[in-house]
Amino acid sequence: MVETMFEMPLEPAGVPRGRAMLERADWAARAFASYDSATVQRIVEAAAAAGAARAHEFAEWAVRETGYGVAEHKLIKNLACSTGIAERYRASDYIDVVIDSDSKIVSVPRPAGVVLALTPSTNPVATVYFKILLALLTRNAVVISPHPYAKQVCAEAARTMAAAAVAAGAPDGCIQVVDEPSIPLINALMTDTRTDVILATGGSPMVRAAYRSGNPAIGVGPGNVPVLVDSSADITAAAQRIVESKAFDNSILCTNESVLIVEESAAAALITALTRAGAHVLTDDERDKVRDLVFPEGHFDPQWVGKDATVIASAAGVRVNPRTKILVAPFDLVVPEEPLAHEKLCPVLGLVRVPTAARGIDAAAAVLRIAGQGHSAAIHSTNPQTIMAFSAAVRVLRVAVNVGNSLGSSGLETNLAPSMTIGTGFFGRSAVGENLEPKHLINWTRVAYNSDASVRMADMSGINPWRVPQGAVPAYPRASNEDQTITAHTPVSVRADGPPDELRDEIRRLIIEELNAIVRG
Amino acid sequence: MSDATALDYGFFSFASKDEVLEKSKEYWNPGKTSFWSEAGVPLVIDRREEYFIYDVSGKRLIDVHLNGGTYNLGHRNPEMVQAITVAMQHFDMGNHHFPSLARTALAEALIKSAPANLTKVIYGSGGGEAIDIAIKTARHTTQKRKILSIIKAYHGHTGLAVGTGDDRFSKLFLSDQPEDFPHVPFNDLEAMDEALKGRDIAAVIMETIPATYGFPLPNPGYLEAVKTLCEKYDALYIADEVQTGLMRTGEMWGITKHGIEPDILVTGKGISGGMYPIAAVLVSERCAGWLTEDGFGHISTFGGAELGCIAALKALEVCGRPETRSMVHYISDFIGKGLQQIQATYPDWFIGIRQNGVVMGLEFAHPQGAKFVMKRLYENGVWAIFSTLDPRVLQYKPGILVKPELAEELLDRTEVGIAKALADVRALDRKSR
Ligand SMILES: Cc1ncc(COP(=O)(O)O)c(C=O)c1O
Repeated sequence: MVETMFEMPLEPAGVPRGRAMLERADWAARAFASYDSATVQRIVEAAAAAGAARAHEFAEWAVRETGYGVAEHKLIKNLACSTGIAERYRASDYIDVVIDSDSKIVSVPRPAGVVLALTPSTNPVATVYFKILLALLTRNAVVISPHPYAKQVCAEAARTMAAAAVAAGAPDGCIQVVDEPSIPLINALMTDTRTDVILATGGSPMVRAAYRSGNPAIGVGPGNVPVLVDSSADITAAAQRIVESKAFDNSILCTNESVLIVEESAAAALITALTRAGAHVLTDDERDKVRDLVFPEGHFDPQWVGKDATVIASAAGVRVNPRTKILVAPFDLVVPEEPLAHEKLCPVLGLVRVPTAARGIDAAAAVLRIAGQGHSAAIHSTNPQTIMAFSAAVRVLRVAVNVGNSLGSSGLETNLAPSMTIGTGFFGRSAVGENLEPKHLINWTRVAYNSDASVRMADMSGINPWRVPQGAVPAYPRASNEDQTITAHTPVSVRADGPPDELRDEIRRLIIEELNAIVRG
Repeated sequence: MSDATALDYGFFSFASKDEVLEKSKEYWNPGKTSFWSEAGVPLVIDRREEYFIYDVSGKRLIDVHLNGGTYNLGHRNPEMVQAITVAMQHFDMGNHHFPSLARTALAEALIKSAPANLTKVIYGSGGGEAIDIAIKTARHTTQKRKILSIIKAYHGHTGLAVGTGDDRFSKLFLSDQPEDFPHVPFNDLEAMDEALKGRDIAAVIMETIPATYGFPLPNPGYLEAVKTLCEKYDALYIADEVQTGLMRTGEMWGITKHGIEPDILVTGKGISGGMYPIAAVLVSERCAGWLTEDGFGHISTFGGAELGCIAALKALEVCGRPETRSMVHYISDFIGKGLQQIQATYPDWFIGIRQNGVVMGLEFAHPQGAKFVMKRLYENGVWAIFSTLDPRVLQYKPGILVKPELAEELLDRTEVGIAKALADVRALDRKSR
């Protein structure tokens, strides 16, 4: 409520605007729900290409606006969540009817309708792209409510995709974004009956609020990732992967490793390898300084989110090599009162030594008792018994094996669904236990015939209930006595198999250039 | 309410609906009261919310009359109610002689919403008064008296406005002034040229789509040509946007879809948000002269009342949102297509759809066709009014914030009402044969 000179408070201006967005999205979703698959494919490709074309610019903008993360890593995520997502789901079909004549069941995909997407400050643009493309792939309208710390870049990112999607024929208003997010606005959007599903990625209070809203919600909990290295592991490779993963975007993915648990017999070799890979392993004295800095009074200080390891070290008064990528903080016991056993969205990694792999599994379970249930864990091992024992013991829904967890559990370096939204399932008090993917945004109408053999199933093959939209959606309201054949708003025509060649070439060139820059940098 | 049938509202009470109707005839307006009962629309509005009005009997109606756009944003739109309720903690109507906070803020917002040539705002308390102001302004500016309007025009019933309309309403009060208010047929450019070429016309007053005449659409290019003629013969162009303004055509002001910059633009009805009467006249710098010469030239105690200004500011804001504009396009597209489908089922009866945005006139093949349809729609839960000046045509004016579900329901009810009215007309035909 806004304080004015009046006794009665006025609703902040953004709240009614937000409701209007849902109303508009409702119309857009209805129109979108009958689109044919070729048109949708074209829209998805156009939006993804537009997103990729500005991926670099937005990566830098996000770092500037939020003050954290690493631009070149954000670029990778932005590309993965734009053209990467389009590519990944190009062969998937969330639109066409599926006929199963054996079971005599026909399945008709039905979009959720209006998706309310809350996006975090940590993966701002990537999550905006990701949720928009999931919505487009499934013919849903989406209203993005970005985290206030990243609102400008997110709004511009969403508008970039929206403009491209509408130009390719998407219904007007199918992608909208809130410019001024606020708690009252988010509450109003979450509890509005026009919201068909909430995709909540962000802090726990927000996720819990989404579940309390009375609307269907797919929320995800926080991570607190244990990673176990046993004596059977390829120690050098494990160390490199862990350092890279922990350094990726300065640990602001919720999948970043939190506590490294190493079997005693491998500890010395691992520490050497970590150091060689760019880690600085803190002495006890240095560890205390870093702990006091990052966890003053025992609580994580958000000012260190996504900051460089060298910045944190120097603030703590610890001298490190200027090329240090992560700080490793050894401690003894995984218990709630140990700050270093909690989630750290910065390149500080806890390190615990255990006598056996079995005790390591216990320690991993202890990390997850503190936080991160249902989320993810990682293991570096070649022993199938240990991997299985670990996986069956830890209360998480994805275990990344012999891969960095940041990009492993988020599906960028494993064959899990690439996702910026990690479902934490029943363990994590969430409705979805998988990495969020397009299929979570549709339901199916099952057309079920009488199973009695005497009732014949009609042949429905070739019957398509969806339509190719004719012209702009909605049509511009011209007077009915005007010549309706001249459309005022002709959509830009884009070829069915993707963006026009020139655009595609241009994007390809940009991506290659940017990737080269990363390699060089 | 104390007993189930009594209508006790605290402020007043009646024993029954019949008592209301009796007393309405006795103390208020016997002609109107009887007219509606006889027309099959015995409506006494009780509750109202969103696009629904409820008869005191409890019957619910979807309102597609909206009093010509007054309820554009729905009945008692919560944003409107909140704005006015909050404003009442601080403001009242204000003193019309002094510069004021709310009047200034609204004037600025109106000017920013309008074609660029319009620079100043004059307030009235209703559409008719605003039309009178427009006419007085035109006369002052051109130093000519004559105001040219179209036959069957409707611009309100105040002293000057009534002269622009059908003489049914002026002769009754011995107020017809044929000398000063010539009329020409709509869509007839030759007649327009003929009437203007004597160069003694101060202004042409035009509704962008004549509502009470059943929304006959201007021929493509007609309004543009009228504007050109005005310029040629030194007459002003007054755009009456009382019904076509405020996003109803899918743009804030219908006239801008024609690329016309009127010399004077009049808004009323919807600008009130349906909550606090107010109307406004927007004038070009050339027409604004009297505001400097004699700022007291037009005095109106209630014109531009500050509570009304706050209502209008909120209404203008809601109408001007990009979300609202987009929705109007959806609503207009969806309902337009739905009506075309209904028309295809009854092509010999439902013979025309006049549509520009959510401004719609439905044409029926009987001289009183819209009255039959109005009655059957009423029975089926839809309130739409026939066109007084062309009763073949039903005015069908959905709100600009209609939700998809309501649009669907409206079309379902409309289809049934139209079918039943056709059966009524056929039965009459058989009897008369
Ligand atoms: C186009 C038009 N102009 C002016 C008026 C007059 O407005 P009011 O009834 O507020 O005096 C009306 C009222 O129906 C109207 O439809």
